[in-house]
Amino acid sequence: MEIFDLSIEELHEKLRNREISSVEATQVFLERIENVEPKVGSFITVTTEKALSDAENADKRISSGDCQLLTGIPLALKDIFLTEGIRTTCGSRILQNFIPPYSATAYEKLRNQGAVLLGKLNQDEFAMGSSNETSAFGITRNPWNTDCIPGGSSGGSAAAVAAREAVATLGTDTGGSIRQPASHCGCVGLKPTYGRVSRYGVIAYASSLDQVGPLAGNVTDCAIMLGAIAGYDPKDSTSVNIAVPDYVKTLGGGVKGLKIGLPKEYFVSGLDPDVQKTIELAIETYRNLGAEFIDISLPHTDYAVATYYLIATAEASSNLARYDGVRFGHRAEEYTGLLDMYVKSRSQGFGAEVKRRIMIGTYALSSGYYDAYYVKAQKVRTLIMQDFTKAFEKVDLMLTPVAPTPAFKINEKTDDPMKMYLSDIFTIPVNLAGTCAISLPAGFSAGGLPIGMQLIGKPFGEETILSAAYAFEKATQWHAKKAVL
Amino acid sequence: MKITIQDVEHVARLARLQLEDDEKPIFARQMGEILEYVDKLKNLDTDEVSPTSHAVPVENAFRPDMVNCSIGVEKALSNAPDRVESFYRVPKVIE
Repeated sequence: MEIFDLSIEELHEKLRNREISSVEATQVFLERIENVEPKVGSFITVTTEKALSDAENADKRISSGDCQLLTGIPLALKDIFLTEGIRTTCGSRILQNFIPPYSATAYEKLRNQGAVLLGKLNQDEFAMGSSNETSAFGITRNPWNTDCIPGGSSGGSAAAVAAREAVATLGTDTGGSIRQPASHCGCVGLKPTYGRVSRYGVIAYASSLDQVGPLAGNVTDCAIMLGAIAGYDPKDSTSVNIAVPDYVKTLGGGVKGLKIGLPKEYFVSGLDPDVQKTIELAIETYRNLGAEFIDISLPHTDYAVATYYLIATAEASSNLARYDGVRFGHRAEEYTGLLDMYVKSRSQGFGAEVKRRIMIGTYALSSGYYDAYYVKAQKVRTLIMQDFTKAFEKVDLMLTPVAPTPAFKINEKTDDPMKMYLSDIFTIPVNLAGTCAISLPAGFSAGGLPIGMQLIGKPFGEETILSAAYAFEKATQWHAKKAVL
Repeated sequence: MKITIQDVEHVARLARLQLEDDEKPIFARQMGEILEYVDKLKNLDTDEVSPTSHAVPVENAFRPDMVNCSIGVEKALSNAPDRVESFYRVPKVIE
């Protein structure tokens, strides 16, 4: 087995037993990145020198007997996380030269454990996209089939794990941006409950929906990563002060007697036959493991995409008002007066999808439309949340598809934003409800593309979905199949 | 939902964006399609429903009004496109 195929747990054992140093492991990954990047394009910035100095420091810590689970482990971050002194672009031209003066809390937490930063990963511009095609720094390709998209917006984070360019990564999920790429790239991705992980230093898209989470090669690694980044942060007043459980310790709980809900609205027409079959087989596997299935209903599912595209765009139009060429980011070279400077800087710096969402959000918030669109969407959000609350009175978790189809072809949906938006139909409701969900490998399409399934948990029920995912992973071993590059 | 070129120009002005002439009809069509899709929310009766702005119940987070360490002027200005002394420089606003 190659070093880059090891899980966090396995590499941690080797580091602890001094079978390998962190510098050696990091060099393996840097070489791997050099070899496969021309095919995949997961990274916007590879931080070679920083990675090696992180690794040297980690080796010193390990020598002194301080080897935590992530000490010396090579990781990478979506380019939405501020990293002090390291360029952070959020996939946008408007931030192409931005060097953050401070770091995101999630990154600080990994750093405090002595993790190694390999670099910053490609993403849709400002996390707006489902295919990684809106990045200003080129597309990312799916390691399983390089004609296909990796999903988005954390496409680089998923592709890097699938291509074994990093042991694990962090992404963000506003409407499915961790789970959908994880599904398309055959890795495990978790969107924690809103407030579980600090958003401090994470570039904002839609603040009431954004959440930070891990992507990894298996469920245990995902649990390790979540444990490392979760917790209350005084710098993010929306983070919630609930103790962080030991997510790894509870993984072996099994699913015997667990009540799993199947929301009927998620099993309607339009589902790809391979996805349908995969989910049916997954249900069978869980039945054999002793879980009980209950048919449930989330009646407002059909309104979720519309609700999301009003709330998310409205919040985005407000959040992205800060990019005006004054304090940081791109400033136009020629302009006449202050207003013209704002307009030209923004128009040159933002790509088409970001402009489109700012425009929709501005429209939804504008005079005469605020109640009809924005407030209306907030009210429907209440109904969607109530659907989940009611359903969770009957079940412990839910099982659904992640995306209606496996990864689609590059350029297949770029001209039709509405079609692209509808590919997030099964992931968006979770963000609106604010609860947690995991995507994990559940099989492959006839064409050899990974297909994931989604387990949705109660608010702060990450332990339940992680242990249910772990039971499935142990029984099926889909995660063990690796993309060949 | 019919979105005209004039609507697009109006919203762009509010959003401090400038679109190329050939982009405007594309934006008009795409915005029209998206707004037509979201119109389905009108089918729901929400008169008795209160809006949700936040997924988890949170209250205002207060902290003591004490001076804390900050990143400092040089770091704060390190990404400024244009600066003078300890200020951001912008074009003249008042004649």
